[in-house]
Amino acid sequence: MSNSPQLARPTAAETAAVAAPAPSSGAPGDGPRTPVRGHPHRDRAGRAFSTAATVAGSTILVTLAAVAVFLVLRAWPALSASPEELTEGIQWFPEGTTLLGFVGPMLFGTVLASVIALAVAVPVSTGIALFISHYAPRRMANALGYLIDLLAAIPSVVYGLWGVAWLAPRLQPAWAWLSETLGFIPLFEGPAANPPRVILTVGIVLAVMILPIITAVAREVFLQTPRLHEEAALALGATRWEMIRMAVLPFGQSGLISASMLGLGRALGETMAVLMILSPGLTYSLALLQAGQHQTIAANIANQFPEANPLGVSTLIATGLALFVITLAVNMAARWVVARRKDFSGAN
Amino acid sequence: MAQRIDIKDLNVYYGSFLAVEGVTMAIEPRSVTALIGPSGCGKSTFLRTLNRMHEVIPGARVEGSLTMDGVDLYGSDVDPVAVRRQVGMVFQRPNPFPTMSIAENVLAGIRLNNRRISKSDARDVVEQSLVGANLWNEVKDRLDRPGSSLSGGQQQRLCIARAIAVKPQVLLMDEPASALDPISTLAIEDLIAELKDDYTIVIVTHNMQQAARVSDRTAFFNIGGTGQPGRLIEMDDTRTMFSTPTEKSTEDYISGRFG
Amino acid sequence: MATLEQSAEPRSDRPTTRELLTRGDTRRKATDRVMAVVVTLAFVVALIPLLSLSWTVLSNGIGRLSPYFLSVSMRGVFGGMDAGGIYHAILGTVLVTGVAALISVPIGIMTAIYLVEYGTGPLARAVTFFVDVMTGIPSIVAGLFAYSLFSLFLGPGVRFGVVGSVALSVLMIPVVVRSCEEMLRLVPNELREAAYALGVPKWLAILKVVVRTAIAGIVTGVMLAVARVIGETAPLLVTVGVIDSINTNVFEGRMMTLPVYVFRQYAQGLVPCADGATDCIATINIDRAWAAALTLILIVMLLNLAARMISKFFAPRTGH
Repeated sequence: MSNSPQLARPTAAETAAVAAPAPSSGAPGDGPRTPVRGHPHRDRAGRAFSTAATVAGSTILVTLAAVAVFLVLRAWPALSASPEELTEGIQWFPEGTTLLGFVGPMLFGTVLASVIALAVAVPVSTGIALFISHYAPRRMANALGYLIDLLAAIPSVVYGLWGVAWLAPRLQPAWAWLSETLGFIPLFEGPAANPPRVILTVGIVLAVMILPIITAVAREVFLQTPRLHEEAALALGATRWEMIRMAVLPFGQSGLISASMLGLGRALGETMAVLMILSPGLTYSLALLQAGQHQTIAANIANQFPEANPLGVSTLIATGLALFVITLAVNMAARWVVARRKDFSGAN
Repeated sequence: MAQRIDIKDLNVYYGSFLAVEGVTMAIEPRSVTALIGPSGCGKSTFLRTLNRMHEVIPGARVEGSLTMDGVDLYGSDVDPVAVRRQVGMVFQRPNPFPTMSIAENVLAGIRLNNRRISKSDARDVVEQSLVGANLWNEVKDRLDRPGSSLSGGQQQRLCIARAIAVKPQVLLMDEPASALDPISTLAIEDLIAELKDDYTIVIVTHNMQQAARVSDRTAFFNIGGTGQPGRLIEMDDTRTMFSTPTEKSTEDYISGRFG
Repeated sequence: MATLEQSAEPRSDRPTTRELLTRGDTRRKATDRVMAVVVTLAFVVALIPLLSLSWTVLSNGIGRLSPYFLSVSMRGVFGGMDAGGIYHAILGTVLVTGVAALISVPIGIMTAIYLVEYGTGPLARAVTFFVDVMTGIPSIVAGLFAYSLFSLFLGPGVRFGVVGSVALSVLMIPVVVRSCEEMLRLVPNELREAAYALGVPKWLAILKVVVRTAIAGIVTGVMLAVARVIGETAPLLVTVGVIDSINTNVFEGRMMTLPVYVFRQYAQGLVPCADGATDCIATINIDRAWAAALTLILIVMLLNLAARMISKFFAPRTGH
């Protein structure tokens, strides 16, 4: 979740849900569904209780549906307005574009920032997870995992502060160097902005923020590698790294993919860190080191919403709807991969 | 290529716990040595010290000497990875790599040392090894199917093919047939009889008849009581062990009085 | 030996056993070592943000964090005045998060009970799946949802505490469900069966046996869920807004909350101080932001710590 100071355990709990393939949703026992005997009023109480539980469960589905419905309802004025109406009615709406033309660059910026974050976070998380599962002493594994989980406990507004005050000044020389030596690649085209309120800096901060969730899932999956397969590799004369490549990584592959998608989902929706660090602009530029080129949907909403007029709010909610649909798709895909995992992960 | 292994006064520890104590024995080349004994007597632990697989568990260590062809397997210049290449192992439960095809499983060990193996060489190795493991005729038409698509007995023979593909000196088998049905067990036992022409084989088994059928020499391990280390009680030709054992406890175990 | 190796590497005589056992492949060994270093470095790299962030927040925030800072609001504070605090923001955070917990905890626990004790069939599978999906809703979208919901009935521009609470609930419910579900599944089945055997109806068995056994875990889960949403900024920015004075009514008027306060102070930036003004601190807004961030982190960590203590000391004896 984007701005969430989710804590060690919740992450771990989600992780467990991801890593341990689908807990069966049935009741754990064959306990009687209704008591064999009982007073009539107790039966009524029992029925009321089970109804309450079912209603609560359904609330989840209703809530998700409500999110979609209410967003559509509130976004409707903007969705049905003509480009002229939008341009006239909203001060910050770019002239001569449609709603789609307005969302497009932000969608691009959102995906770009998330892809950078993923490109940085996935290899590092895999390394951390391997370190915890296969390199560090077993007894320390829990404590080390907890250290990484602490990163998830930090509110995103604090990440924003840290990104601006601590990280950005330290990245600036690196970005300047990148643009000087690799400037011929469009991605690193100079001049590197100073202060570096650019999408690459945002990507790094987002990477730090999604590290814990990816690491936690990867760690669980790696730890589940069947000992049989690890020993098979070692008995063939594999070194530790070769064992990891032969047994651990193939086994954890799908888990790692779904972990990355969960991380992607979070990066897509992250708001505050982007809002505080990025100098916004609405272009399709690939120049990662230049300021004023990119913006993300979430940060734009947070930026414009407090001062927006009704049509502006409507427009922002329409962009939020686009974000909702994308994150929903990514998350559902991730869960789907997880659910499938048990089908082909099994040893025998 | 089969080598002999000499073990002298071997103690195996897990941390401060003494798991196996004072084992001295000689494992002859080109023969089958069976290790028998009740559960928890340390025979599997002992087997795993022969290719340093027990070191996978943190805190595991050995005292005493364990030499192959006169070279101390635990010498400071000896690489445990190299030891495992020379001393192959087959496990209790078949464990082909689930993401690899049958052919890739056989080649898994070879690819470690030789990444750029030519296609024809690879095909030769796969065929030789699968023939060696009596599996070729059953799988030659579906070498690119996943290893996990085979039956349990076939999977175990695939694991044996994978182990012999790297041409080890010694082959360790940790209850290789205990998870298999009787017919597959028979196939494995036949295979062991053939393999001993080329390899030194050490097999742990719970099945007395199996030990009697496949092995040339038999070693009986036993344990004094809970928390006591396992010991080698006696070792002799299999025929002698099963007909006229020296020790009373060996006779009791073999005749099924305990264990 | 393999024909293959001979063809690849023609040798007149076989290597000795000693050679075979000692001569490891240097390239493979080097790769193994390099990867060990790389993997360890990955872990160390991840500690850099953790340490630098903790240190930056602590060193920048400790100076302004005082009993005064915690006990006054921003009412009547302007420019570079060396005054103002976060009392109103703490109050707002407690109220908004408290109401969110009031909404989320019953729904979350009942859903978990449904999933563990009653749920079978397609509905339960759908709930399980969508609880997972719901954890992935961007927090800003949750804020937009709450705003849309209330503004549809109360007209545009609604901003008050409960709207924010609803937004936070959307984020909090799945977390509560997940952790409670985990705790309820830890309760051994024998306990349930023992209760049924005594003729206790199922709902009473659940309440008096299952929930009571798992209560420490449930409390822990709830506290962690609270800690998770207490730092949310974006949804509150769009639903509760900002204000400088104290507001204790969650049903009316904007409220300040701690994370939004941090953002607000940061966004206000440097104060243009007149030359020679003695009572004007140019960096006052940023200073307040750091101090509030430190307070926020301390609250989150305390909740975390307390939750762990509870789960450690009051854990059910399930024989694990």
